[in-house]
Amino acid sequence: MSKPKFAMYWSASCGGCEIAVLNTHEKILDVDANFDVVFWPVAMDAKYKDVQAMEDKSILLTLFNGAIRNDENEHIARLLRRKSQLLVAFGACATEGGIPALANLSDKQSIFDTAFNTISTENPNHILPQTRWTMPEGEITIPEMYPVVKTLEQVVPVDYYMPGCPPESHQIAAVIDLVIQVLQGKAELPPKGAVIGAGASTVCEECQRARNEKKITQFVRIQDIKPDPTLCLLEQGVLCNGPATRGGCGAACPTASMPCVGCYGATDGAMDQGARLLSAVASVIDARDPKQVEQILDGIPDPAGMFYRFGMSGSLLRASKDAWKG
Amino acid sequence: MPDKFEPLIIGFTCNWCSYRAADMAGLGRMKYPPNLRLIRLMCSGRLDPTFVLKAFADGADGVLISGCHPGDCHYLEQNYKTQSRYLLLTRLLASFGIEPQRIKLIWASAAEGAYFAEQATQIVEQVRALGPLNWHTRRTLAKAQSEQLSQGLEEVPA
Amino acid sequence: MQRITIDPITRLEGHGKIEIFLNDEGDVANTYFQIPELRGFERFCVGRPVEEMPVLTGRICGVCPEAHHMAAAKACDAVYHLDPPRPAKLLRELLYSAFYVTDHTTHFYALGGPDFVMGPDAPVAERNILGVIHKVGLEIGGKVIQARRAGHTVIEMIGGRKVHPCTSIPGGLSKGITEEQRVEIEKLGRWAIEFAQFSLKLFGDIVLSNKAYVDLVLGDAYMHRTYSIGTVDANNKVNFYDGLVSVVDPEGKRIGKYAPHEYPDWIAERVEPWTYLKFPYLKKIGWNGFTDGVESGVYSATPLSRLNAADGMATPLAQAEYDKFYNALGGKPVHQRLATHWARLIELLYAAERWVELATDPEITSDNFRAIPTETPTEGVGIVEAPRGTLTHHYWTDERGILTKVNLIVGTTNNYAPISMSIKKAAASFIKKGTIVSEGMLNRVEMAFRAYDPCFGCATHSFPGQMPLQVTVRDARGEVVEVLKQHC
Repeated sequence: MSKPKFAMYWSASCGGCEIAVLNTHEKILDVDANFDVVFWPVAMDAKYKDVQAMEDKSILLTLFNGAIRNDENEHIARLLRRKSQLLVAFGACATEGGIPALANLSDKQSIFDTAFNTISTENPNHILPQTRWTMPEGEITIPEMYPVVKTLEQVVPVDYYMPGCPPESHQIAAVIDLVIQVLQGKAELPPKGAVIGAGASTVCEECQRARNEKKITQFVRIQDIKPDPTLCLLEQGVLCNGPATRGGCGAACPTASMPCVGCYGATDGAMDQGARLLSAVASVIDARDPKQVEQILDGIPDPAGMFYRFGMSGSLLRASKDAWKG
Repeated sequence: MPDKFEPLIIGFTCNWCSYRAADMAGLGRMKYPPNLRLIRLMCSGRLDPTFVLKAFADGADGVLISGCHPGDCHYLEQNYKTQSRYLLLTRLLASFGIEPQRIKLIWASAAEGAYFAEQATQIVEQVRALGPLNWHTRRTLAKAQSEQLSQGLEEVPA
Repeated sequence: MQRITIDPITRLEGHGKIEIFLNDEGDVANTYFQIPELRGFERFCVGRPVEEMPVLTGRICGVCPEAHHMAAAKACDAVYHLDPPRPAKLLRELLYSAFYVTDHTTHFYALGGPDFVMGPDAPVAERNILGVIHKVGLEIGGKVIQARRAGHTVIEMIGGRKVHPCTSIPGGLSKGITEEQRVEIEKLGRWAIEFAQFSLKLFGDIVLSNKAYVDLVLGDAYMHRTYSIGTVDANNKVNFYDGLVSVVDPEGKRIGKYAPHEYPDWIAERVEPWTYLKFPYLKKIGWNGFTDGVESGVYSATPLSRLNAADGMATPLAQAEYDKFYNALGGKPVHQRLATHWARLIELLYAAERWVELATDPEITSDNFRAIPTETPTEGVGIVEAPRGTLTHHYWTDERGILTKVNLIVGTTNNYAPISMSIKKAAASFIKKGTIVSEGMLNRVEMAFRAYDPCFGCATHSFPGQMPLQVTVRDARGEVVEVLKQHC
């Protein structure tokens, strides 16, 4: 009997998800032993065309990382959806947009104008890349960039969500184990739509720092303090995303004396990670006079970027008014 | 001629003071525009900022939040939390290009029907002046773009 | 005019593409190597607090996030006019050295190596990491995994996380290491030195003792006489973390060294309307098209370039290998691109030696790993040597430390022009009068790429080593004449 088929693909991503999978070390051999790896550009050489030639639903499991940034990304997402029985949105970019989705706060034109007119760019004629360009020898093309970065789920139906930037290797290993047990009839798949490879509660639940329900009168930037290593960072005034962020990482950043940056996304039942964080952060403010509150809020210089660092595409608003304009 | 723009304002009131203020305005036949759709919460402190974002994302042009006066909260000091959240939320919305005039926090006791009506009228007019927000149609357009693309996308070029 | 499209090249972010045009005689008229994606970091980082940059820019590349993390942290130091305490610099460089060992190992064994170990004409199915393990023994596979694991262990100890470290901040780091961790790090480092020596010996046994390979390395097909740049320490020795950027001409003569903040005087970038990536060149020389030589501002920033731009290596074992390298290849500078693989292994040894030096420095476990800002933030540049080239981050902030402008010149971008030239040269050498040698042609284009270890958004960089290519040959009417495939 032939082995079930496995695929992994990256669209608009950094490659960190692939490295995290490689960092499961010996588990990769388990994947190889239990699956026929049919498409994985980073690891082997099947092409889009080969995927297209496969029968629909012939791939059992596809891990898809990266956001949807251009028509090329969407194109492959649709193709893999059609060919796969189980499609997993893998990593922060595929589940929530990730860091690339911070671009949703800017309009596309300004992204181009900025990138191609920096201090080191010699561009007196203000040339910008064009999707079609005629050279002396003929026309050549590049993909069209979308004005708004999307999650995988915003272009195709998704079966499971595996958050994290990147997902922690021990979580990946656990998911690989589970799938193999399912294949051997020793376990059952979680219900469709479930978040896998992550905790059910918040990063705070995994954090060893002590929380004393203390309120604060100012927010501080990490470069300006040496935080007490045993106490909650938020209660020391550092904007930590822990209260609104799903656990599963073992609170890696707070353990290293850095605030949680929110990469595991929203917790169960939360519709919008940023709104949850906003709620938690506002609740620790120790002031009743609106003027004093405003003064304290000046210590949060970039609420949109800090509350939706990894989750802009998956948030309720998804993009700024300027970005929606295209 | 285009239809006159009628803003849609979602109002969140607390059960004890501001909902009664709205009620009082109605009973006293004080006029305020019909653009305001009220949602009653037990306390303004129950207002998850998610509700406001969802209102805007799904087509509201403005949001009015109302609660008991400072010191009068039936749940001690939850309305202070609401105040902090509101001030931070206003800043957050500005980053998305949503004007601060589209969201308003007022304190209204059960006796302040006239004040409630006046504030409601004010936000409706403010938002009318700004024009429609149309967040939901932006999303629909993005979806249409995907669907249009999907027509030609299933075929992968050689 | 006939057209050949190589599309898609996988292991490029998104959808890399090469267009080859043939003239009426059937020879190569021109080639275009296009990069299809733009993520817009220079725009969307504006408005963010500057201390976010080590975290945000790590996501430019998940294969070398450590390089962005370090360049960003150094730019942040500069923005706040801070000089981190010595232990902070040691810790950052220690993390960075361990990262280099991991990264260069991955490239040599999984990407570049298989071409040599298995031979450029070996069957496709064998020319990958698994083939290498099969040929030289399972034990080596274990060593490669152990080398990657050792590097990531150190990265996690100092950086807080294995992928995307988080601890470098303006003025230093958020945490230090314990004596217990130091002992472990030192032990791993000593093993890494042995591993690097073993890798060099393997290269010597397999490549240097084989005349066919030596001829391939020394041949003209992969030769480009460009300028070279690379960071050097006060003694003009190669350094990855800190120093001045040395620039040498195609003859090997140093034309100058620049400090990070002086980069705009030296480097300029050209925009072409047919690709999203810019082409950097030496500003003082100017852009004269995709050509070699002293008159052309095209430069390279690779392991080979770093060796060419320096006077030697700062550690004894690596220095001995450096001397051996130039003796074997006929003196400095070396322009044969395939020699980059050898240069990379010399850097691997240096990184391992430096790792141990740093791990045994008495100050490495010091608590003094932070400087707190006292001055108003303004503007700053941070430069490190990413494995794939000099990495420059330049930030401007307002008085609150909020970014108002960002400029990034990323490792591989430096080499966009030389890579394009290598593609054209490889194409021209395999396509003569319309005769297309399919398999050999495709692998030789790949080899031209691989020497640079290109990482267009981290591509072409991880496990086994082929770059699948599909070449479509079209006639002037755009009709498909022939489809050639490799690894497809």
